[in-house]
Amino acid sequence: MTQDTILKIDNLKKYFPIKKGLFSLSKDYVKAVDNVDVFIKHGETFGLVGESGCGKTTLGRVAIQLIPATAGTIYFMGENLTELNKSDLRKLRPHMQMVFQDPSSSLNPRMTVKQIVGEPLIINEKLKGEALNKKVIELLYTVGLNEQHLYRYPHEFSGGQKQRIGVARALALNPDFIVLDEPTSALDVSVQAQILNLLKNLQKKLGLTYLFITHDLSVIHYISNRVAIMYAGRIVEVSKTKELFEKQYHPYTKALLSAIPIPDPKIKKKFKPLKGEVPSLVNPPSGCRFHPRCTKKMPICSKIEPELKEIEDQRFVACHLYK
Amino acid sequence: MLQIQGCEGDFVKKKDLLSIRKLKTYFFTYEGVVKALENVDLDIYPGETFGLIGETGCGKSITALSVMRLIQEPPGKIIDGQILFKGEDLLKKSEEEMQKIRGNEISMIFQEPMTALNPVYTVGDQIVEVLLLHKKFLGLSIRDIPKYNLLKRRKIKKKIYQEAFKEAIEALRLVQISDPEKVAKQYPHELSGGMRQRAMIAMMLACDPSLLIADEPTTALDVTVQAQILELMKELQKRKNTAIWLITHNLGIVAEMCDRVGVMYAGYIVEMGVTEKIFDNPDHPYTRGLMGAIPKITEEKEQLEIIPGTVPNLIYPPPGCRFHPRCKYAIDKCKQSPPPLVEVEKDHFVACHRYEEVKHSVVVKRERKA
Repeated sequence: MTQDTILKIDNLKKYFPIKKGLFSLSKDYVKAVDNVDVFIKHGETFGLVGESGCGKTTLGRVAIQLIPATAGTIYFMGENLTELNKSDLRKLRPHMQMVFQDPSSSLNPRMTVKQIVGEPLIINEKLKGEALNKKVIELLYTVGLNEQHLYRYPHEFSGGQKQRIGVARALALNPDFIVLDEPTSALDVSVQAQILNLLKNLQKKLGLTYLFITHDLSVIHYISNRVAIMYAGRIVEVSKTKELFEKQYHPYTKALLSAIPIPDPKIKKKFKPLKGEVPSLVNPPSGCRFHPRCTKKMPICSKIEPELKEIEDQRFVACHLYK
Repeated sequence: MLQIQGCEGDFVKKKDLLSIRKLKTYFFTYEGVVKALENVDLDIYPGETFGLIGETGCGKSITALSVMRLIQEPPGKIIDGQILFKGEDLLKKSEEEMQKIRGNEISMIFQEPMTALNPVYTVGDQIVEVLLLHKKFLGLSIRDIPKYNLLKRRKIKKKIYQEAFKEAIEALRLVQISDPEKVAKQYPHELSGGMRQRAMIAMMLACDPSLLIADEPTTALDVTVQAQILELMKELQKRKNTAIWLITHNLGIVAEMCDRVGVMYAGYIVEMGVTEKIFDNPDHPYTRGLMGAIPKITEEKEQLEIIPGTVPNLIYPPPGCRFHPRCKYAIDKCKQSPPPLVEVEKDHFVACHRYEEVKHSVVVKRERKA
């Protein structure tokens, strides 16, 4: 592990058991994340893109150990999170935070803004009274709110403001790494722009590292430095953002990019929608999981699962077409 | 409107399929009167794809529901205005007459296909229901079956049903469902989201409507499935020459699908015109803000442009132009009277008091960039 890597994930697996039958004897698993390797560098924004149900949120949550991994290792700033006990993990928690997708359901409706943003400070830094007040107000100002909002409840805010509160809470303990799980997908475009700008400015000011999970490629293009494309629990391509939009290697990446509507009427792309739908993660297809929908399918694809290989500098692809 | 030269050399006038004038829909709630629509003017031409865009709560869906006369009353009420469909005012029609238009002349696809389909009937039966209501089979409509002779009546009914079921299967085949015979006998919960939306489209197009209203048809779907559905809609439109009215907040879909676009803000249409014009050269300050706020794959931006403030509360909307509190061009006049939607160029409508100045400022900005 090199100095500039903040998070390194190797062979990570997360299976969710489905209980069936009397005494839950027979078990199937939803293989939400299956053999994923990624690394994230200090100070970058790492985008994670995929369709719904491909496991991107699960990967984000496992990465900061909100849910335990089934197998694999996660190195976060030199510590292997999967081997740590609870109390050690707790000491690391302030360094990694999360902003959730739906701001209305991730804020407790019975707590005031001061309680929501102040809670991590009370628990971890034992702040009280005036010091706590001062710190909370300071945080609110960082995200574009002010002291008038201190004693209000979440329902009194608009969607964009709620998401700002979510960001303030995540920033409370000066984290190094924040997982942003679709922070703008519940918001309107004009508000989305406000939040994206805020996130970008905060990153510059505080030197944060982001894992940005989204299904919106335009947002990824705007905010991230490197991108990973996920399909059915596996990462199929990793690349620098700019290069990804110039040239795609994996057939799924190509299809995904051409499927996403571009808000520019001058671009008339050749529309070749993918056939079929995302496979079930309980019984994923054998070999490469994309092969039933792939246009460049070869006999090998249904037998052997391709590994993520570096085919160019900083460009990783999991496909049998490239060796 | 447009003058088109016909094959024989005579001039055929292209008429509006749907034109909405000064439509006003209010909701009377405990907190106060929600002025959801205020003077909405809108035209849809035959065979075109019209996109209506705007942020959440600006009244896009309410406009569509008003046209279908599906506003729940109370609390809602269409206060004033005209909705001309093929020259006839829908607001003057009785409920019975409306039933003949709904599903037959105008049909609507809803956002969430699971809630729009009936869970206790098979997909085929639901399509048959639409067909039986609006079409004749074996020269008979289900309403005209003679009332006497019960046994004979049953026999005819069964035959008509079988004919309709065959047509329902054809409708499912048309939307590229791979095994239509099987799907027609399945219940909605047995289908995936994409398949359900296909079934909905099949149902809506079964009677060859001249206008299809699609209210966020792909929001609940994955992007690759969304692309399939959009492609399908385009293809069917070509084949059946249906006008599509697409309601969405996804500007990407509008750019790809639509011929013309209307932009809505807080119950008003603020700008309407050809897609290229609206996207490349918008003249209303709100449209310009909206276009600046979307991240684009085609440009590198350090910062996105921002429209300050938030969407107004429609119980207490700002007086005059409803956008003025967020507008950097606002003058006193904007606070006093709402600007009318004016045709500033051919087929380009803008509702702004300071249209000339705003337009000029665009030019200045462009030159500076160059």
